Amino acid sequence: MSGQAQKDDIIILQNVNKWFGEFHVLRDINLNVKRQEVVVIIGPSGSGKSTLIRCINRLEEHQSGEIIVDGIPLTHDVRNIEKIRSETGMVFQQFNLFPHLTVMENITLAPIHVRKMKKDEAEKIAMELLGRVGIPEQAQKYPGQLSGGQQQRVAIARALAMRPKIMLFDEPTSALDPEMIKEVLDVMQELAESGMTMLVVTHEMGFAKEVADRIVFMDSGEIVEVGTPEHFFTNPQHERTKLFLSQIL
Amino acid sequence: MAAPVVRTSSAEVLPPPTERYTVLGWLKKNLFANWFNTLLTFLALGFLYLIIPPLIRWVFTGAEWAVIPANFNLFMRGQYPAEQALRIWILLWLIGAVVGFAWGVWSKEVSPALVVVAAIPLLLMLIPFFSMDTRLKLLGVELLGAVGYGIGRRVPRQHSRIATWLLVILLLSSWLILRGFAPEESASLWAKVPTNLWGGLLLSLLLAVFGIGFSFPIGVLLALGRQSKLPAIRTVSVLYIEFIRGVPLISLLFMGQVMLQLFLPEGFPPIDRVLRALVAITLFSAAYTAENVRGGLQSVPKGQYEAAMSLGLSTYQMMRLIILPQALRAVIPVLVGQFIGLFKDTSLVALVGLFDLLGIARVVLANPNWLGTQREVYVFIAVLYWIFSYAMSYASRRLEISLGVGQR
Repeated sequence: MSGQAQKDDIIILQNVNKWFGEFHVLRDINLNVKRQEVVVIIGPSGSGKSTLIRCINRLEEHQSGEIIVDGIPLTHDVRNIEKIRSETGMVFQQFNLFPHLTVMENITLAPIHVRKMKKDEAEKIAMELLGRVGIPEQAQKYPGQLSGGQQQRVAIARALAMRPKIMLFDEPTSALDPEMIKEVLDVMQELAESGMTMLVVTHEMGFAKEVADRIVFMDSGEIVEVGTPEHFFTNPQHERTKLFLSQIL
Repeated sequence: MAAPVVRTSSAEVLPPPTERYTVLGWLKKNLFANWFNTLLTFLALGFLYLIIPPLIRWVFTGAEWAVIPANFNLFMRGQYPAEQALRIWILLWLIGAVVGFAWGVWSKEVSPALVVVAAIPLLLMLIPFFSMDTRLKLLGVELLGAVGYGIGRRVPRQHSRIATWLLVILLLSSWLILRGFAPEESASLWAKVPTNLWGGLLLSLLLAVFGIGFSFPIGVLLALGRQSKLPAIRTVSVLYIEFIRGVPLISLLFMGQVMLQLFLPEGFPPIDRVLRALVAITLFSAAYTAENVRGGLQSVPKGQYEAAMSLGLSTYQMMRLIILPQALRAVIPVLVGQFIGLFKDTSLVALVGLFDLLGIARVVLANPNWLGTQREVYVFIAVLYWIFSYAMSYASRRLEISLGVGQR
């Protein structure tokens, strides 16, 4: 857990602290993520997992410490923030697709308006991505006409359309019906295997075990234990980790 | 241990049961279901008996409708000179053509709403007070609308901006068309017509259309300003909205007509009176639009903002592409209600001495030739107000349905 920055670290968090009012939600967080690494963050609810990854693209503002994403320091400078956001894709628990736009328009919106891409080109990329997430036939539908699993796959395609270097997943399967969880996890696994840098907050232990390079366990705003899946599920060290794993497994 | 239950054949798929009534059955179910319903039915029938027959008798035998055709031009355009009245028709023809074109660009299918809108000029031709000349000119509106629609349908949807721009240009140039640009004394068709001659339905509609057209963007900006993170912008917006909402429209109109000139520096040329009324109406309506739009903004979930931000959209792009489209469509019914109110409120300008539909009605009634025709005149203008208000309300319902596609 050293804060020492290394050359191939794409995300660097150093002594990050955050408060919600009086509540100290992130306590002295130090975490480095390497390029192409898949890091899964687990922990009880209210432990600050979501807040942590939302700080990385400035949906939440940290109050002290340093966050550097792909060499860009996250400061109040709007240009830096927009640059980091366009290099970082995010997938939300509630999908957050734009209900007034078709699936195709959802995916091409940011490439056209942020990357200034031509419409034809953006649509070509969108069709490729829809093929990759397995629903090319839904392009002209509205989000409200799709199932939850399909919506989440569109949300992943929408984030990927910006060609991000990092993907953040904030409990992507928590709002899904059980039979739809697998289709989303499969897409995420394929993405991980293709070499995407991923930070995933999830309760899916099977996914963590199979896909993660490292697992981060958080509790009460602190990083309690970091290790490989093997270490985690066979030989956890900290008492709180053991307690948490005994409750969910 | 209970034996497991396993279905061996699937249940038949049946159509839903239909309810069929005879006339008597319908009456019994809807009007005489119990003693209280029966009582209400009889009370309503008695009330209708008291109201309807005298009303019909008055409309067909008692009323002196001659007052309407005798003053028809006054009701329609006030003192607007007859030599230049053709300009109003030119404007109507342009409106027909541009609206037809815009419709053709935006919606390729023939919808019920289109049929209704297309029927309006034809229905107006049936009004008994119109001369043959007027009817032919109305037919011109219809034909130009059809031509515009035909052209519009050939324009692909991605160029729909052309239609928007044409509508904006039409809105702005309509003032020029009505105002004219040739010297006032010249006998030409385009001689200037001072606004104090504008009146009747023309003035009412003009105040309403411009009031709506200008107050809408101002109201949206104020609503966004009220949500701004910058304290200066937020404070100014809140102060403006709360001040305007705290005073009645009539007081703003009086301020514009009576007091504005006092505040302006000496020697400042007097500002057009219609323009002053229009500014008062616009400022008033903008504050209400702002509050309604704010309601819409609050109905957009926080996740929409977060998703837009996470994609790297700037604040301006996020508002224009994601938040406002959703917020505005959520408040269409409220906004249209407000705009109908605005249209009817334009009648208040009669109290500050402008001759809108209501003002003209008062002028006609003051004419000794037409003493005692209050009922006829007021019923006539009430029907005119109703037609336009109902048209707006109908249009908004169609708009809601057509925009409802793919809603959550």
